[in-house]
Formats: sequence, C-alpha cells, structure tokens
Amino acid sequence: MSKFDLVVIGTGPGGYVCAIRAAQLGMKVAVVEKRATHGGTCLNVGCIPSKALLHASEAYADAADHFGDMGIKVKPELDLAAMLAFKDEGVKDNVDGVAYLLNKNKVDHFHGTGRILGTGKVEVTFINGEKQVVEGKAVVIATGSEVAHIPGIEVDEKRIVSSTGALSLPEVPKRMVVIGGGYIGLELGSVWSRLGSNVTVVEMLNTITPGLDGEVAKQLQRILQKQGLTFKLGAKVTKVDTKGKTVKLTIELASGGKAEELTCDVVLVSIGRVPNTEGLGLADIGVELTRGRVVVDGNFQTNVAGIYAIGDVIDGPMLAHKAEEEGVAVAEILAGQAGHVNYEVIPSVVYTAPEVASVGRTEEQLKDEGVSYKVGKFPFTANGRAKVNRTTDGFVKILSDETTDRVLGVHIIGPDAGTMIAEAAVLMEFGGSTEDLARTCHAHPTLNEAIKEAALAVDKRPIHM
Amino acid sequence: MATEIRVPALGESVVEATVGQWFKEVGDAVAVDEPLVELETDKVTVEVPAPVSGVLSDITVNPGDTVEVGAVLGAIADGDGKSAAPATKTKPAKPAPATTKAEAPAPLPDVELKALEREPYIREEIEPDAMPPSPAARKLLAETGLAPGDIAGSGRRGQVLKGDVIAGTAKALLTRKKAPKPAPAPRAPVAQSDEKREERVRMTRLRQTIAKRLKEAQDNAAMLTTFNDVDMSAILKIRKEYREAFEKRHGVKLGFMGFFVKACVHALKEIPAVNAEIDGQDIVYKNYYHVGVAVGTERGLVVPVVRNADELSLAEIEEQIADFGARARDGKLGLEEMQGGTFTISNGGIYGSMLSTPILNAPQSGILGMHRIEERPVVRDGQIVARPMMYLALSYDHRMVDGKEAVTFLVNVKESLENPARLVLDL
Repeated sequence: MSKFDLVVIGTGPGGYVCAIRAAQLGMKVAVVEKRATHGGTCLNVGCIPSKALLHASEAYADAADHFGDMGIKVKPELDLAAMLAFKDEGVKDNVDGVAYLLNKNKVDHFHGTGRILGTGKVEVTFINGEKQVVEGKAVVIATGSEVAHIPGIEVDEKRIVSSTGALSLPEVPKRMVVIGGGYIGLELGSVWSRLGSNVTVVEMLNTITPGLDGEVAKQLQRILQKQGLTFKLGAKVTKVDTKGKTVKLTIELASGGKAEELTCDVVLVSIGRVPNTEGLGLADIGVELTRGRVVVDGNFQTNVAGIYAIGDVIDGPMLAHKAEEEGVAVAEILAGQAGHVNYEVIPSVVYTAPEVASVGRTEEQLKDEGVSYKVGKFPFTANGRAKVNRTTDGFVKILSDETTDRVLGVHIIGPDAGTMIAEAAVLMEFGGSTEDLARTCHAHPTLNEAIKEAALAVDKRPIHM
Repeated sequence: MATEIRVPALGESVVEATVGQWFKEVGDAVAVDEPLVELETDKVTVEVPAPVSGVLSDITVNPGDTVEVGAVLGAIADGDGKSAAPATKTKPAKPAPATTKAEAPAPLPDVELKALEREPYIREEIEPDAMPPSPAARKLLAETGLAPGDIAGSGRRGQVLKGDVIAGTAKALLTRKKAPKPAPAPRAPVAQSDEKREERVRMTRLRQTIAKRLKEAQDNAAMLTTFNDVDMSAILKIRKEYREAFEKRHGVKLGFMGFFVKACVHALKEIPAVNAEIDGQDIVYKNYYHVGVAVGTERGLVVPVVRNADELSLAEIEEQIADFGARARDGKLGLEEMQGGTFTISNGGIYGSMLSTPILNAPQSGILGMHRIEERPVVRDGQIVARPMMYLALSYDHRMVDGKEAVTFLVNVKESLENPARLVLDL
C-alpha cells in the first residue's frame, strides 16, 4: 500500500496535466490509467490522430488540386496504409511524450481500472485481475468521456464506426454517411472526402456546428459544400440496414415529407460524447451527478470531501484545453493557491480547411443576453498573405461592448484560424478593447493582420477595405 | 428570451448578502418591480424587484445562500405564466466559492493539503465595464485578499498588472491587514449532560456585523466614559403641558429624543472634537450634524441617522425618529439611511437601564447614553426633594477628545435639558 498526496484517475489532457502541476507544487502524485498508454481519448483516439489525418489528407488534396496552380506538377497517389502508419507514429510520439513527462515529474503510474472506495482510497484492478488499493489524501476524477451511441444503431467499428473506427478505415469508402454535423463529424468527413469518398452529413438541427456564431457556421457549410460534402440538415436517421453489401439508411426530414433512403459503405456516428463515470463506484460513495456529469463546487470538489473532478466528466465544453486548465487549477487549489479557470475565455477550434476558431460569445448569445455590441468584420480576400497563398476563404469577426469597446467574442473562419485565435484569447484575458488590438503592431505580411483589420472595422476604419 | 435577476448594488461597503425568502415560485407570472426575493445584508433586508415582467423561469440561489453584489439570483422569461411550462428548479452549477463552503462536509482528519484546511479564495467580482486586473494579477489579488481598488494599476486604462500587485502588496497589506488573525480557540468541551441542553444558533448577518464593528471600535479607539445626571423636570413639564397641542399641530408625539438631539447638536457646536473622526494623521472636524439614533429591533440594533439635525425643528426630528422606528421594526430601512452619522445617541432607558457605558459607533468620536428617568432624592436650596433624574453617559475617543472637552460637552447637554430656554436662546 502506498500513500500519496494526490491520486488522479485518468491521464488524458486533464489528468496528466493535473498530475504534473501537482508534482511541480511538491505533491507526491499517482495516476491510474486503464489504457496501456497515457494521453486519454485526445492523444490516442481523438484530437491528435485526427489532426495527423487532417494534415496528411489536406496535403494530398492540395497536391491534387492546387500544386498545379503554383507550378508544381505532381499526380499524387494514395498509400492509405502508409498514411495510417504516419498517424500512428505521431500518436506514439505524443503518448510516449506524456509518459516521459510523468516520469520526469516522479509521478507514479498504475495501469489498471480505478474504482473509488471512499475518500482517499482508489482500488486499481490490473489487466491480470490483481487488485491494489492506492491511497491519497485527495482524489481527482479525470476519466473524460466516450462516444455517444444512437439507440438501435450498433457500432461495429467496421461499417458502422465511431470516431475511433473512422481514424483507421482500411480503405477509402466510396460513399460515407456522417450522422451528426458537429466538429468531429465535419473533421473526419473532410478527411475521407479529401481522400476520395463521397460524404453526406446528416444533422438533426437546422445548422451544422451548433454553438458556433451563426454567420460563421453558414460560411463553413458553403465552403465544405464547395469541397464536395453534401448536407442534409433538419434530418433524422430512423433506420440503418446493414444486411446487404451496402448500408442502407432511412432518413426523415423534421419538416415532414417522404422518407429518403441513402446508401453507403461506411456510416460514421458522431453525435457527441457522454461523460465516462461507469465503474468508478461513484454511486456507492454518494458522489452527486446531474445528467451524467459529476457535480463540483467552485473548487472542483464533489459533494464528497477530498474527491475532486475535472474535464469532460464535469459541466462545460468537452475540450482538452478546458480540462487542462481545470487540472492546473485543482492542483493549485490543493496547494492552497487561488487556482481558477476563466470559462469566458475558452477558445474552440474546428480543424476543417479552412479552420474555424472562436473565443468568447457569439452574436446570437449577445442578442439573447441583451448586450449592446459593435461588430467588425474583415474578409481574408483582402488580406495580402491569404491572397498570395490563394487561401482567401473566410473572414474574421470581432464583437465588442458598445460602450466600453471591450472585446466580447472573436470568430475566425480561415487559414490557420486555430493558431490565430490565441491572440484574441490573450487580449480577452486582459480585458482588452478592439482599440487595444488595433493599436498593437502586427507583422506584415501575416494572416493575423486580418484580426487587426477586423478590430479597426469595429471603429469603421479598416485600412485595407 | 430570459432576463437575469441579479443582486443589486447594496450601498457603500456592502459586498454580499444572505438570500432570504423567495416570494415567487418558478413558473409564476411576475410584473415589473414586483418583489421577488429578500436579501439580508449587514444592515437591512432588501427586496429585489423584478427587472421586467414575465414568468419566473429560474431560481439559482436558495434561502441561506451567500451571494455577492451582481450575482445571478434567477431569471425571468417572456410570457404570461399561463402557457409557460414551469422550468425545474435548478441548483447553481458553479456557485461562487463563497457560497459552496457553507455546508462542506467535514474534512478528512489526516489531510494536510492546504485547500482542505482553508476557505476558498474569493475572487473580487469585477464590474463588467471596468478594466479587469491581468490574469496573473487577479490570482495574486485573490491570494493576498486585496481588492483591485487597493492597487494603482500601471497598465493600459489603469489596468492592475502582476508587477503592480507585487509592488503594492507590502504597502497595502500594512494598511489593510494586520498580522493574520490567529484562528479563534475552539470552545472548551462541555459535559455531555449539559451539551444536550445547549442550543446552537447561527449568528445572523446583522449580529455578526454588530459583533465585528463593536470589537473594531474597542480595538481602535482610546475609549472611556464620563457621567453626569440631569434633572428632567423641565422637559417633563413641557411634555405634559404641550403634548396634545404638539401632536395636534405636527401629527407626531412629543417625545424625549427631539430634546436630546437638539441638546446634543447644541453641545457639538461648542465642542467640535466630539463630532470628529481620525483619518490617518489628521482629525476631520465635521461641521455638519448627522445624529444616529440607535433603535432596537428583534433582529438586533440598527442606527438610522437624522441628517442635518441642526437645521430641523423639534417636530421634524420627532417625525423622522418615529418613522425610523416603525420601519426599523419591519426591516425596511434603506442602507443609505444608516450611513454617514457623525454622532450617536443610544437610549438604554427604555429598557430600564440605570447606567451604562456605550461603545462608540466607529469612526465617530462620541456617543451619548440615555438611561431611565427615576424619582431620586436631590438637594435643592438646602432641601431634600424628589426629582425625575436621569444619568447621562458620554463615551468618547480620548485620542481626539480631551477629558475637559468631554465633561464640558456633557455639562452643556445637561444644562440645555434642565433649562430648555437655553436651546431657544442658543446660549
């Protein structure tokens, strides 16, 4: 039996970051991980592998469609097995990196399934069935989330796949149906579309990527349609027939009318994710949940003293970086510091091409809240760098308080939006105004100049428009 | 579209309140300005009115919760309440740290992690239109217990930056915080048989504030009390003679307080040190006379202030005090009505007190204690006679008020009361 200051269950971005930060603060830390590798969904079957495939498939599509324009004559040939290997190597590098960091910070790891017996006690069941109780003064639940399923549609990870299966399809399906028009469906749909699949996205709501600024979501849909994706919005899959050689889906429109049938080779179910709390023993020790999520107070403590939770298992957006912030905050809180997460400034990115990134509130939210705001917009068609690169799809949109000019939301659809959004997040953490942004010198020629111009546009004085 | 119900500004120096009764339930129709919920602050109970008409769609705080100014209490949705389906009463998903610790389960006996020993840090709420401190500065501020206003910001538009907090902490801590207070010693154990017969009651916010203020006054001022007695014959005679005429003319009873307020203002004008306060190296003499009148209520003592008492007639003073008394009992006094006093009168006589030493109402420099009126033998012209007598007590801050001044003040009050003509003639 070992005695730790902190036991973290789960080594996804929330858990491993929490463990490292706690170790930095002088705590003796143990992690419990049921996978053979660290990094959780994000590194193993989520953000990281999907980015490898997005990068590779975009390069493939560029080589086919755009290299010629730049005077590079190539006829790309796809070796899917090699591309998947490229992805797997990238994943391995990353998960090994986490193991290295945990070792470097002298964090003990237990590879097995954790179950909380009570305050300060976690029972680990190893793969061989042996059990060991790990004791810690505080326990952090960082078990993340798993793919949500549609009742009646069974995922076999061959023809009916979740995001996990969609990262390792052995061949490019001729036709693919993506159920769910959220960011995961659009990213993986884009991957297989670029590699030659005919992709149809079926979404129950009337918009893709619900939660994004409406204008941005519309523009994204237009661009993806131009790239060859088909959208069926306000539509529901009512039946999936896998008996034949191809999969047959029955689709009904919310607006009524005749049911439609779609035929495809692979169906990707990407309707969202659900918190992973099964088998943790939470009910036995009385940890409170609402709608499947662990309830925590402002210090991330559950209703049971000494048991904390962070990341996808608690309220808020299911994002790796949100979990990381919470991991750092809870470690600092345990060390007696004022750890805190500013939920107003959590960026989110859709890694399609172009990327979509946003931070803060959308125009729809501001309208709902009755906030008086100003808008500034700037299209990449007027940005010099985007022009020469011929990546002019998209725009930057900035929303600021009408009176104080404080930036309330920034939404970018365009090349490298995910990287550019950081500038806006820093500004917002400091409570900056659009004028602060407009008066900050931006290097030329860069894509970021579009952000500065959008800030100027709030004051109706963009230079390049 | 829902409109949030927020904690309104509660007056100077009041940052939080305890949630009282909700008058409406989720699903009820509400009209604009209709009271929705009670908030108990340090000083008064305020009712939060509906900001708009509609249907109460959400209640996010429960009675007993502590809320800060600006915090969300609930929401009002559009509609008339008939068709709207009542939303379920939700608990706040992420309540402010201050509210969540109230019923935290007992910490582990063997845990040494600091977080489990201490109350969570409270991050100062930043006005939405104010320039917030930088992220690192905000964390430092929370950890040092300072407010953004304590530090001069050097960033754009006066923003408080990390360096400002580091530079300002030492200085600000000297003025704001003394050495960290040792935790109060736990109560000595009580025999089990006795413990069963004890009752444990959480102090109300008003009681906690009273306790804190009184102790602060004792800790800060060099407080002592001087006594005198006053023959109330003249005042009683006037009251007896003019009671009916006065009430008929002014619609308010002729009490004692009006005379005392007048007498005190008269004496304060003579001895300005009793109407002063210390500010750092300076003494501030206030050449205005806002006299606080302590009123006992069921919930504790409150001190509404008769403003510019020197400019008011006796009837006007009586009228205000009667109004204060009635509203104090209902907890309806406004916060601003209890702020800004320069001198205080406390009447323990109504409860039968013979003699007492009142505690200063900081930062004021004087407080007059009134006591019961009693027929006592006194010597007048060589004869022992019975006269209606009252003991007077003046507690004062010896840092600004000299003994001679204090005694002179009290003698002046005594003389005015014994010869009310002096008040009329301004002698």
